[in-house]
Parts: sequence; structure tokens; C-alpha cells
Amino acid sequence: MVLIEARDISKIYQLGDTELRALDRVSVIIEKGEFLAIMGPSGSGKSTFMNIVGCLDIPTSGQYLLEEVDVGKLTRDELAHIRNQKLGFVFQGFNLLPRTSALENVQLPMLYNSVPLKERNEKAIAALKTVGLEGREHHHPNQLSGGQQQRVAIARAIVNQVPVILADEPTGNLDTHTSIEIMELFQKLNVEAGITIILVTHEPDIATYSRRIIRFLDGHLVSDKPTIEDQKGLRKG
Amino acid sequence: MRSALTMLGIIIGVGAVIAMLAVGTGASRKIAEQTASMGSNLLIVLPGSQTSGGIRTGFGGQPTLTLNDAEAIEKECPAVQDVAPILNGTAQIVYGNLNWSTRVSGTTLGIIRVRDWPIATGRSLTDEDVRSATKVALLGQTVVDNLFGGIDPVDQIVRIKKIPFRVIGVMEKKGQSVMGDDQDDAVFVPVTTAQKKLFGTTFPGMVRQIMVKARSAEDLDSAERQVTSLLKQRHRIGPKKDDDFSVRNLTQMMQAAEEQTQIMTILLGAIASVSLLVGGIGIMNIMLVSVTERTREIGIRMAIGAKTWDIRLQFIMEAVILSLIGGVIGLTAGITGSSVISMMAGWPTEVSLMSALLAFVFSGVVGIFFGFYPAYKASLLNPIDALRYE
Repeated sequence: MVLIEARDISKIYQLGDTELRALDRVSVIIEKGEFLAIMGPSGSGKSTFMNIVGCLDIPTSGQYLLEEVDVGKLTRDELAHIRNQKLGFVFQGFNLLPRTSALENVQLPMLYNSVPLKERNEKAIAALKTVGLEGREHHHPNQLSGGQQQRVAIARAIVNQVPVILADEPTGNLDTHTSIEIMELFQKLNVEAGITIILVTHEPDIATYSRRIIRFLDGHLVSDKPTIEDQKGLRKG
Repeated sequence: MRSALTMLGIIIGVGAVIAMLAVGTGASRKIAEQTASMGSNLLIVLPGSQTSGGIRTGFGGQPTLTLNDAEAIEKECPAVQDVAPILNGTAQIVYGNLNWSTRVSGTTLGIIRVRDWPIATGRSLTDEDVRSATKVALLGQTVVDNLFGGIDPVDQIVRIKKIPFRVIGVMEKKGQSVMGDDQDDAVFVPVTTAQKKLFGTTFPGMVRQIMVKARSAEDLDSAERQVTSLLKQRHRIGPKKDDDFSVRNLTQMMQAAEEQTQIMTILLGAIASVSLLVGGIGIMNIMLVSVTERTREIGIRMAIGAKTWDIRLQFIMEAVILSLIGGVIGLTAGITGSSVISMMAGWPTEVSLMSALLAFVFSGVVGIFFGFYPAYKASLLNPIDALRYE
């Protein structure tokens, strides 16, 4: 089943007289339940692509269909609703609210969805349990390690039972050991809960957790292969 | 800390509004009380200027009013309820080895009703007292306090200008007049006794003023007209001549005084409102700083699904809470401040529920008004830029 379909999407920024093609006619289809890694050097367009997939931005041209809905035609508030219901974000810098407990951070997405307090609490506790943070509900971000903070962020991403998690360099700020734990958590969510995971990384080791890798260069999609083939190709090259 | 400083603006604003309104309300209440203590619906007839050989004397310069004028007013003016002629002067009053200088007024029993001033103990003056010029006196409370240390003054003999008077009664306590003098520092004797024994008169039956009480507030104007025309007729004043008396409407004077305090209250309130406005601008300022500082947080909230109004409401609520807390503290400060003012300056103050409510609601409105722009600004942020903001 097709979850995400990008048809010829371009994103053009006008910088004075020159126009910058951050994305140039990119078409990708992502099925439900995939574990996809997006790779490429800085400025290759992978972040722009992520922003469009994450409904934070709309393409200049082309169509982006999320569960068969054309996102390009939606208003600001409709996009916010889609982000709330369909997408979970995990960032490199964790992006938790400071001076707010883990539990309240996880409850945040439900706050914008008018879920009653009791249900909010139950769901948030369950989500924290899924990511292995039982008993840390009332810790504040500054009382948690980097790995734990990222787990809180993942709990926040999944709490609304979204079909997709978008993870933008989720291990960029973590040591190798913790990175492995976080990637195993993503793998578990992908396999057990069937959540589609789209991962941006530039570390090949991290990308091996995915099953498909697409590569961007100068705004173009240059490679789209299953992970095993992609890795072979690397070794040959 | 920063929130506390921000609230300070609102605290001072609300506090000032409350205190100023309290001073104003207190002042107008005091005036109303004093108006009531003067007696209501009063006219005062004073002897007027007289022209003789081109020289005009001032009001009260010529003793032109008589006891007969007073009686005529009472009989012939239908809008008049009571009349009290007054011939007064200052005299030394002696009881035992104590003496006291006070204002002695010769009058009739009409004074009781004209001034709404009941007798506390003993009896009042009677027509008989006036007719036969008996040597009896009614004492005000201050005089009693200064001459009789706890002794019942009724039926005691006091000497006024060395003439013995029997005390027949004591007036109830009346308090300060509008002008601030002690109304209880007074002695009342029959007007005829005052004329014949105490002060003497340049011509028979002279009085210094006549106090007139109209039947009601509506009758006040017609009473004034009736008294004026009656006295013109009695004094034989031709149509082109100046009156030799003047009729003053006390109630009007009181109303003017009350209007003045109201204007003062509005003025003070307006000045205080300016500080509330400044407090509001302080809130807007701090909210704008807060929006900038929390750009990243706004980005996170937007990415997670906060809609335009979710962001706006959050910041407006914060501004409102800030200003409401400031409002409550300001209210307390205002109440404390106004009681300090009334203690230090001796002014009466009164915090009305209305002004407290007004200040509270107003501080809420200030929060909404000055919170809106920062909230609006926050809601327009681009989530991508906001997320990247360091």
C-alpha cells in the first residue's frame, strides 16, 4: 500500500537574481511499513525533501500525496492537523520543551487534539513504556541523558499512533553505544508496530538499519536501492 | 524575576487606579454626609448691601433682616416648611471654675427641624421661651465636654457674658461641617434673649440670618422665589433697586462641591489609567522578548501539530495570567495604599467593590490587548525556521 507519493516535486528558492533549485523534479514512492534512509552530503536537498514529506513545507511544483491526500492544496492549519495525526518527528537536537517533565512532553501532541486529560496520561505513560522509560515520567529533560531524551522524543512522536516517523539525524548527538540502542528502538517500532520510518543520516553504519536507501545530490535523486545492494555498491566504489 | 518586573507595571497601574478611585469615592461620600449634616433643602437669607449716598456696603453689612421677616416667611411662603432666624456672636460661657469661648446663636425652635439636629437629652426651645425671652440654653456636645466633666448639664446654671442661663438640653453630636469647623461647638438660646440680653441690636428684632427649609428638594426653587418676592415686598424694594438681602441655596453649593470631587476623581483615575497603559506596554514588551526567546519551542509545537490559534491562545493566556496576577497584587497594594493615604492625610477613602471589579477586569483586558500582537507574531512564524532557530 502506497503511503507517500512524490510526483516530480521541485523546490525553488529565489535568492536575489539567482534561483536555487533545492529539489529538482524528484519522484519517490514509499510503501507502508518501509524503513527508508535518506543520504547525501549537506546541501544535496535531503533536508528540503524531509521538510516537504513532513508537511512543514510545500513544493514549488509537483504533487505530494500522503495517504492519497494532495498536501500541496491544504491550509496552514490543515497541515498542522496532518502533522499531528500522521507524522511523528524525531530531531537531532531532541527538541524537548525544557522545564517540562517527560510525561508532559509526551502529552504535548494530544494537547492539540483535544484528548481528555485521563486518556492523555494513560497514552503518554504507555508510550514512555514502549521506549523503555518507565519510572522516568516526572524527570525533566536536563535530568536525562542524551539517549533518554531521544527516547522521550520518540515516545512523543508515536503517542498519537501515527503511521510515519520522520527522523532527522536522530543519532547525530549521541555516542556509538547509545546510537545503536536508539536504532534498535526504531527497528522494533518498524517491525512490531508497523510504523513506517524515514531516516535522514550521513553515517553509513546508521543507514544499515534501514532496508532501502535513497541518495540525493544537488537536488536530484541519484540512487534508490535496497540497503544490501547500496552497501555492495559502496564497497565496489 | 523578569515576570515580576513586568507585573510591577500592572501592579502600579491597578494600585494607582484603586487608590485614586478610593480617595475620590471617600471624598464625595464625606461631602454627602456633610451635606446631610447641614440639613437638607436649605436656603440661607442674609442681610444684603445697602446703598446710602452712593456707598454700597457688602453682603451682611447692613442689619436689614428682622424676626418679623422670619415669621412672615414661615406664614406666607407655602413652599417653606420651617424657618430659623439666627442672631449669633461669640461669647465666654462659664460653669463653676471652667470657662469656654463659643459661638452663641439666638434662634427659635425651628432650628431643630431646619438643621435636622435632634436633642439628645433635656427639652428643646419653645415658642414660650422666645416670646418671654427666658434665660435658657441648649448646649452642643463640644461645649458640654469642655465644661461638664461627666456631670449631667441639664438644669445646671451656666453664665454667658455673666448672665445666668439654665441649661435645658443637649444637642446630639453633629461632627464637622463642610468647611471643617466643629458644629458641636455651639450654644443655642432664644433669639429674643440674644437680642435683648447678650448682643444687643441696632434696631428692634434684628437677626443676622434666616435659615429656611423648603418642603422638599423640588420645592427649593419655588421657596427661593417666594422668599425673595416676599422680602422685596416687605422691604419695599422697587423693581429697579438692588435687593438689601440675598438668598443662598446651600444644597446647590453642596452639589457644586460634590461635582468638583467627581471631576477630581475622574481626573485622578485618568492619570492612574495612564500608568496601567504603560504597564500593558511593559507586558507587550516582555511577551515579544519571550516569543523571540522561545522561537524554537514555538517551532516544536507547530511541528507537533499546534494550529495558529493554539499558539496565539497560549501567548495571550500567558499575558492575561501575568496581568491578572499583577491586577490582584495591585488591588491589594491599592487597598493598602488608600488606607495609608487616609491615615497619613486624614482623608476618608473608600474602595468600592465596583472599582475593584473594574480594575480586575481592566487588567485582564490589558493582558488580552497587549498580549495579542506578540501572540499574533508568534503564530505567523515559519515552523522550519523556528525549529532551526538557535
